[in-house]
Amino acid sequence: MGSRASTLLREEEIEEIKKETGFSHSQITRLYSRFTSLDKGENGTLSREDFQRIPELAINPLGDRIINAFFPEGEDQVNFRGFMRTLAHFRPIEDNEKNKDPIASEPLNSRSNKLLFAFRLYDLDRDDKISRDELLQVLRMMVGVNISDEQLGSIADRTIQEADQNGDNSISFNEFIKVGNFLIFCIFGNMNYYLT
Amino acid sequence: MGPFLDFNPFDNLLCILLGISFTVWFTLLLVFIIVPAIFGVSFGIRRLYMKTLLKIFEWATHRIERGAKDNNHLLYKPYSNAIIAKEPTSLEEEINEIRRRGSNRDLDSASEFEMSDIFYFCRRGVESIMDDEVTKRFSAEELESWNLLTRSNYNFQHISLRLTVLWGLGVVIRYGFLLPLRMKNFLSEQVHLMCYRICVRALTAIITYHDSENKPKNGGICVANHTSPIDVIILASDGCYAMVGQIHGGLMGVIQKSMVKACPHIWFERSEVKDRHLVAKRLSDHVEDTTKLPILIFPEGTCINNTSVMMFKKGSFEIGSTVYPVAIKYDPRFGDAFWNSSQFGMVNYLLRMMSSWAIVCSVWYLPPMTREEGEDAVQFASRVKAAIARQGGLVDLLWDGGLKRGKVKDTFKEEQQKLYSKMLVGTQEDRSRS
Repeated sequence: MGSRASTLLREEEIEEIKKETGFSHSQITRLYSRFTSLDKGENGTLSREDFQRIPELAINPLGDRIINAFFPEGEDQVNFRGFMRTLAHFRPIEDNEKNKDPIASEPLNSRSNKLLFAFRLYDLDRDDKISRDELLQVLRMMVGVNISDEQLGSIADRTIQEADQNGDNSISFNEFIKVGNFLIFCIFGNMNYYLT
Repeated sequence: MGPFLDFNPFDNLLCILLGISFTVWFTLLLVFIIVPAIFGVSFGIRRLYMKTLLKIFEWATHRIERGAKDNNHLLYKPYSNAIIAKEPTSLEEEINEIRRRGSNRDLDSASEFEMSDIFYFCRRGVESIMDDEVTKRFSAEELESWNLLTRSNYNFQHISLRLTVLWGLGVVIRYGFLLPLRMKNFLSEQVHLMCYRICVRALTAIITYHDSENKPKNGGICVANHTSPIDVIILASDGCYAMVGQIHGGLMGVIQKSMVKACPHIWFERSEVKDRHLVAKRLSDHVEDTTKLPILIFPEGTCINNTSVMMFKKGSFEIGSTVYPVAIKYDPRFGDAFWNSSQFGMVNYLLRMMSSWAIVCSVWYLPPMTREEGEDAVQFASRVKAAIARQGGLVDLLWDGGLKRGKVKDTFKEEQQKLYSKMLVGTQEDRSRS
């Protein structure tokens, strides 16, 4: 408990994170205390094991994929900035941002960034296409052992058939958006926040 | 020679004064603490002490907040505040909701797989990363107001001179006065009930017992939620119990051995604990003998931080005798009683206990329960747990306290997978029929 006080965030860091992610001051401090409580090693970064220690996440069928989304390519540790950057995808979409900077890049919680997050849950090898195999992998994670390979295969085939437009037997990001369900993620990608 | 002669009478005077004051202090100690303890009489001084402390804590917190605002420092917010609101909808409901809202098509027959189905799991996953129900139960509860103990202050910065002085005074009182007083009393040897009562006084424990007419009787099993080893002292000072537990080494082991001499307790070797049948047999033998004291068991199996009640192990509920549930709730403002055994050992914990302001708790004796027809041990255990949680104002969780140290079982994940599969496959059958 003593170490927590000594590693309180500096004001400048909080401002930077606020600009980058759009979270409010109190939300950032609250999530920082969450971050430090998950960080058992107390070295300022989280590893995959730290995430897996959350029981509700460990029993989530897509738990491993979600954890993966926090770690940049090939890395095993994520610091607080990276943690917040990923969580920023789950903030509500605002039409007029207060700190709107014309030069700034698209906000992390924009519609297309949220969809990209979901797309990347499927697209493990980051080749910007969801292949039949990748679709099958995710399906298998969600159903466990309860559905046979053949049935699962036919579900995957049907899905690709419906979504694929250019006939390459895989789903690109543009095809993914057009599947028509993207509006929900924009609704469901948001949490109901208590703190403002 | 001269200076020495001068010193001697002065020295003597000092010694005499010290001697007198020590004797006086000791007598006061005896009169005001030990004698009433033996006769179970209270002076009401402790309640006054409690009220005064609370007022001081409020002032201290107010000062910290004001100081933080003035200096533009950051205040650490207690992590137990929820950041997101979670909806308790089921897997099926939510996935159907997702599909319904997003689809252009008319959905009379539920479609099978949609790529948007992952959104449900994704959202649940990220929600649990932001805030989950389990991991926060294994660390000490965080307080809204500071209680002048460094160990519960996360904003420890110099805010004002007055506050620091008050804190310093608190340290002096707690370590120089309360701690030695309690060490002395703790080590004294007395007969069973008297001993426990003194421990209770020693810790300045202010315990409120509710519904004492439901106190456990011989031949029954007393079941309570577990927060610290002090639970035992608290319950045992209001009635005689037979304890069940593992034989520990070190300080605990010595205490356990001395307790056995006073009363027939049931101690197990570590190897015997693994053999559940042996444990169950010894417990039921004890219970059948109605001259023997009621057994005291903590079915959670480990210390939880007193904000929730976790899964009760079904072993004690299989024995088939009357169960007397007891709910224990500590007031964390005066000193956190939770023992985080992975963070500090027994001696360290006792030191913290004895140097906190007081142990304030409420004990509720709930009406006895027995297993009903057609109810198995697990359902009975949940029923008892729900009653204890309701009475103590604690959150009733299904999660296993063993998650403090171990991993969660895969069966929970498999359950979710099964539910989702039913959604997909169920519609397949409808399709083939139509």
